[in-house]
Order: sequence, then structure tokens, then C-alpha cells
Amino acid sequence: MIDSEDKSAIIRLFHVYRNYGVKHALIDITLDIFNNEFLFISGPSGAGKTTLLKLLYLAEPVSDGQILVDGLNLSRIPRKNIPFLRRKFGIVFQDYKLILTKTVYENVALVLEAAGEKRRLIHKKVKSVLRTVGMEQRLNSLPPSLSGGEQQRVAIARAVIGDPNIILADEPTGSLDVDAADLVMDLLKKFHTRGATVVIATHDKALIHKTGGRVVHLNEGRLQVTPEI
Amino acid sequence: MTPSVKRAIQDIRQNRFLNAVTIITIALSILIVSAFALFFINTNDLMNAWKRGIRIMAYLKPETPQAEIPELKKKIQNMYGVSEARFISKEDALNGLKTHMKRQSSLLDNLRENPLPDTFEILMIASSQSWERVEMLAADIEKLSQVAEVEYGQRWLERFTNIFNLFRLAGYALGALFFMAAIFFVANTIRLVLYSRREEVEIMRLVGAADSFIKMPFYIEGLIQGALGGIIGLAALFVIFLFVSSNVPQDFSTGFFHIRFLPLPVFVAVIFSSMFVGWLGCYLSLKQYLKS
Ligand SMILES: Nc1ncnc2c1ncn2[C@@H]1O[C@H](COP(=O)(O)OP(=O)(O)OP(=O)(O)O)[C@@H](O)[C@H]1O
Ligand SMILES: [Mg+2]
Repeated sequence: MIDSEDKSAIIRLFHVYRNYGVKHALIDITLDIFNNEFLFISGPSGAGKTTLLKLLYLAEPVSDGQILVDGLNLSRIPRKNIPFLRRKFGIVFQDYKLILTKTVYENVALVLEAAGEKRRLIHKKVKSVLRTVGMEQRLNSLPPSLSGGEQQRVAIARAVIGDPNIILADEPTGSLDVDAADLVMDLLKKFHTRGATVVIATHDKALIHKTGGRVVHLNEGRLQVTPEI
Repeated sequence: MTPSVKRAIQDIRQNRFLNAVTIITIALSILIVSAFALFFINTNDLMNAWKRGIRIMAYLKPETPQAEIPELKKKIQNMYGVSEARFISKEDALNGLKTHMKRQSSLLDNLRENPLPDTFEILMIASSQSWERVEMLAADIEKLSQVAEVEYGQRWLERFTNIFNLFRLAGYALGALFFMAAIFFVANTIRLVLYSRREEVEIMRLVGAADSFIKMPFYIEGLIQGALGGIIGLAALFVIFLFVSSNVPQDFSTGFFHIRFLPLPVFVAVIFSSMFVGWLGCYLSLKQYLKS
């Protein structure tokens, strides 16, 4: 980040729409997400939280409107450069999206392998990040042999290992008990204090209250900006 | 590159049956194509050996006086490309025929007159044994006034060459067909592997893997399939070759001509083209898949 100004927007959405056929999943979303912000996107199930995140890393295109990420207009990014956009993000998917046939180690290492890092460095970083999320004992386990919470922690490890500028977490505490959820939120806070911008989509109001930060509320695809908590 | 190789080997192990079928298909194609190649190489050797043994027979007119023979012999021997000209008198020829025919030689006893002509047997020096040379020399000899007719086994060798070329054409066609089948099989295997891994591929893309990174293990898989198929095919051919060559009658393979296995450059070329087949099959299915 060249921009030292605290309140510069790292992600900007201008009148963004996303339709699935006749269904409007997102309607006229205009939103700035600031550098090193800790932001919650709240809203009930089906509000469009996941859809909004997907548009940011170009898993799906907008139906209308524009999105800028780190100064890049997403509609202008050629196909072959999409991987570079995605490497700016660390993404914790709502359904984890771990590769079920690969070990915990391989799943996390994949990000760095894809970025062309050296084996030694990968080894060191994977071990360290798995230690951070408390999964260093399960290096060689396959995801199906892990509990939901453990899988979520592996997913978080994979999201943060590439030192991304932006962490997108979709219901990162969805399948965790209160203690485990606190642990995960502490982790995300830690990466936030290291300089990352953190965006969390959740319908868990209690969690938002406990953690604090800016909250934007989605309802039936529309944005309702609420004051900071 | 090591993770790609690792992933490729994992893939092959996880899809053992599919890979085995593909490798066997490639091996069969390689076996058939290189069997043709082996046949051509040896037939070519054999034809060259025959050509090397070519001699021109010049039959003299019956009225040629004996006195002219030494003169004629000198003339022929001085012709370009001739290494030796041997005179066979009609008496010698008849005796030769009689010993050759053994039991039926009594038939020849009843002849009132020797029907065979005097003959020159002309051998050529090794360096001038192209067809054109033989033909030119034969024509020159035929122009000599004492020579009635020239023979040099041209017709059947020519006919044989034609059949050989036809065979070669059929070999090319069959080879092309088998290579297409092999490419199709590789493409299909990779397509099925891709299909079984579509979620994994999708996840890799989402975490920022470039297409080239995703493709690499599949290419390696294709190359491994090709290399293994090629090696197995050639190994099978070698076993068949050992079997056949030990059963070839001795007098057929002695002399100028020895049956031999594929020479090293051809061997290497076969392995490489087999790997190319693996690569191409991969390329085709990946091109189709990653477009989506
Ligand atoms: N691929 C799709 N095809 C059709 N409709 C879709 C698709 N993806 C999402 N939708 C619809 O868009 C709306 C928003 O979905 P989204 O997944 O963004 O909700 P969400 O806020 O993440 O919900 P949850 O809290 O349950 O995860 C829903 O009505 C959903 O049915
Ligand atoms: Mg969702």
C-alpha cells in the first residue's frame, strides 16, 4: 500500500447490481471500504452477503455498476490477470472450500505454491500459520477427518498465509462454539492490527456487538448504513 | 516444479485404472507403428543387400566367334562401374544346369544341340550400385554388337519395390490412425480426471492459482503416460523381435543382411513422439476445459 492516508478506500462499489435471472441479489450498492478497516456486513440469510463478497474477487461479474479494488477497475481486468487480483485477498469461504483429497498442510501450502514461492519458505510459513490457528498437530489430516471448527481454522490459515491486504471472511464463526469463535475473532483482529483490511460477513449480531467495528447492513439485496457500534 | 510432479503422480495413482487403459492404448499404438518401422528398416536393408548382389547377365549372339571373346571381355571390364566380367561358355552353362537339375538331367542328354548362349556375368563395384547406374550400364552393354540380350533381375525387384512402397503407405495410414486413437484416449482420460477434480480446480482458481499452474500437473501426467506407453510398446516390440529373429532361417539372415532392431535415433524418436501424443491429448482437453 502506497497510500498512507488512513481513510483511503481500498475497495469502492458504485451502484452495483447483481441479478440471477429475474432475482435481484444485490440492488444499487454503493459502498467504500477503507484501508485497514474492520468491517462487518450483517444481514439475514439470503440478504446477499456472500454474493457481495463474490463480486469483489471476481468469482462472479456485476450485472451493473463498477467495483474498484486497490485502484483497479474489476471490469477492466483481463482474464489472465484475475489470479493476481485474487492474491490480494485472503478468503475464508462460508463452505470452507478445502480440497478434500489433500492434507491440511497441502491445502494451506497451495496458496504459496500457486504464487511460485520456494519450498523451504512454504514449509516454514505453513507450519507457523498452522501453529497460530492451533492446527499444527493435524498437518497430515484430510479435511473430512476434521470437525467443522477445525476445518474453519484451516480455512483461516489458508486465507492469511499469503499475507493478503484484504481478508474476506464469510461467516467465519458459523460452525464454532463461543470459545472457538472468540479465538477466530482474536486471530482476525491480530491480522487487522498487522495492517490488513478485514471484511466479515455474518448474521450473528451478538458477535458483532462483542467485537466492535463498522457495520453495514444488507437486507434483501439493499444496503442500510448504520452508525458505528 | 516439484509440487506439479507430485500432483501428477498422485493423479496417476488415484486414477490407476484410467491411466492403465490410456498407457496400454499408447503402448499398443507405439507397438504397431514401430513394428511397421522395424519391418521397413529391415526390408530396406534386405533390398539393399539384394541390390548389392546384383549382377548383369549379358547373353551373346550365337554366331559370336570365340576369337572375339577376350576382346569383348576387356571392353566390358573397362566400362565404368564394372568390377568383374566373368565369361561362362554355353558348355559350362549346360553343365551347370545339369548339376543343378541332378535327377532330371537325363532330359538334357537328349538335346541335339546346346540351346544356351555364351554369357558374361558382370559384377558391379559397390559404390556404383544405384538403380540408374545398373540401368545405364545394362543399356551400354546391350549396345555391344555381340550382345543379344541383357538381364539384371530388374523386373521383380522393381515390382517388389512397388509393393514395399504400397506397404509403407498402408503403414503410414495405420500409424496415423493409431496415433489419433491414442491422442483421443489421452484427451479423454485427462478430461475425466479434470471432471473428477473440477471442485479442486475451482478452489485453486479462487485462491489465486493461474491457469498455467493448474495445467502443469496435467501436462506432466500426459507426458508420463506418453513416455510409459512408449517404453512399454517398444519393450513389447523388442520381445517380439527377439522371438522372430531367433526363428528366422539362418541362410536368410546370413551374408550381406542381418535382421536388426530399431536404431537408437528411431528409438528415441518413437519415445518422443509418444510423449508428444500425451502432451497433445492433454492440450486438447485442457483447452476445451479451461475455456469455461
Ligand atoms: N448462483 C445463484 N443462482 C441463483 N440465485 C442465487 C445464486 N447465488 C445466490 N443466489 C440468491 O441470491 C440471494 C443472496 O444469496 P447470498 O448467498 O448472497 O445470501 P447470504 O446473505 O450469503 O445468505 P446466508 O447468510 O444464508 O449465507 C439469495 O436469495 C440466493 O438464493
Ligand atoms: Mg452467505
